[in-house]
Amino acid sequence: MSTVDAPRSPYARTQRSGTNWEKWGWMYMRASGVVLVVLIFGHLFVNMVAGEGVRGIDFAFVAGKWASPFWQVWDLLMLWLALIHGANGMRTIINDYSSSVTLGKVLRGAVFLSAAALIILGTLVIFTFDPCPSVSPEQLGLLPSFCPPQ
Amino acid sequence: MATDVATQAAVPEVQAFNITLIIRRFLPEIDEEARWESFDVEVYSTDRILDALHRIKWDQDGSLSFRRSCAHGICGSDAMRINGRNRLACKTLIKDLDITQPIYVEAIKGLPLEKDLIVDMEPFFAAYREVKPFLIANSSPEPGKERRQSIEDRERFDDTTKCILCAACTTSCPVFWTDGQYFGPAAIVNAHRFIFDSRDDAGDVRLDILNDKEGVWRCRTTFNCTDACPRGIQVTQAIADVKQAVLRGRA
Repeated sequence: MSTVDAPRSPYARTQRSGTNWEKWGWMYMRASGVVLVVLIFGHLFVNMVAGEGVRGIDFAFVAGKWASPFWQVWDLLMLWLALIHGANGMRTIINDYSSSVTLGKVLRGAVFLSAAALIILGTLVIFTFDPCPSVSPEQLGLLPSFCPPQ
Repeated sequence: MATDVATQAAVPEVQAFNITLIIRRFLPEIDEEARWESFDVEVYSTDRILDALHRIKWDQDGSLSFRRSCAHGICGSDAMRINGRNRLACKTLIKDLDITQPIYVEAIKGLPLEKDLIVDMEPFFAAYREVKPFLIANSSPEPGKERRQSIEDRERFDDTTKCILCAACTTSCPVFWTDGQYFGPAAIVNAHRFIFDSRDDAGDVRLDILNDKEGVWRCRTTFNCTDACPRGIQVTQAIADVKQAVLRGRA
């Protein structure tokens, strides 16, 4: 609506329709926000402060974390909650600012697709990550040093 | 004689000063677009923006159009944007503004501009009507009696009874500017007035109306409405109360 600047532009309230997800969206943002504060600061502490601190982060560190179901679940929760939280926030901003209906639809679609792609890829990596895959003999040199000899 | 001098000394002379008012004009017969027009006016320190507008209309340019009725802050006719903030022209003393700079006056935003400082209020009242701003009671009071209410029960919605429907809050809301479908703070305030009234029985109906895509969840708590309200209503707080009531499913 450009009612701010265009004088005498037509204007009417239209009737609402469809299911209303706004209440659930609003509650999700608050609930996931609280959980994410714990998850993210826990994540930052374990990675950046505890043990050797930030210098301890390498391929082996990540491989070691994902060998444990605890960190798999932790990272999975963080991935899903944060991406849906962020995507819903972007959706809200688009609703607030997009001037045309079509542009809003396109932008919301783009946000949904990118969030969905990241969630699917991230989930796939968390559960299928294998630091020491079986490889052909000439590729053995590419494996990390901590892998048992094949 | 001595008493006369004393009285004169006690009453300070009313100060007069010159100010510049820059008003956003739009005459639909002439103008394609709204334009800013500057007026120099001599005013007293006791004058309000409304008095300055009167002086312009009466002495300088009779075509200047604005709404005002009671001119004492209760009818809600003369809400306008003064130096970028929604205020009632009849409650804004000029001496409280920075008079070394020109004072900008324009119509409230987000509603269709009709002429100069006059906007079409119909969409605003349409949203107001949608929340059913009247008592809906399933029971009748005792014969010959009023409906009784405790002081505590009255207290719950006391703040929102003060609304004068001037639209200063709704047209200060950035969500309303971009999305005219949003109910707006004023409609929610007036729903609040009945949702939390113990004598009313249709709170759930109003909560259902406001639990909408364009209802209370659209509020971003920017507090523009609370700042704009000439009656000092805690508008954002009222909206938060309604949100909580929707979550609880009752008032």
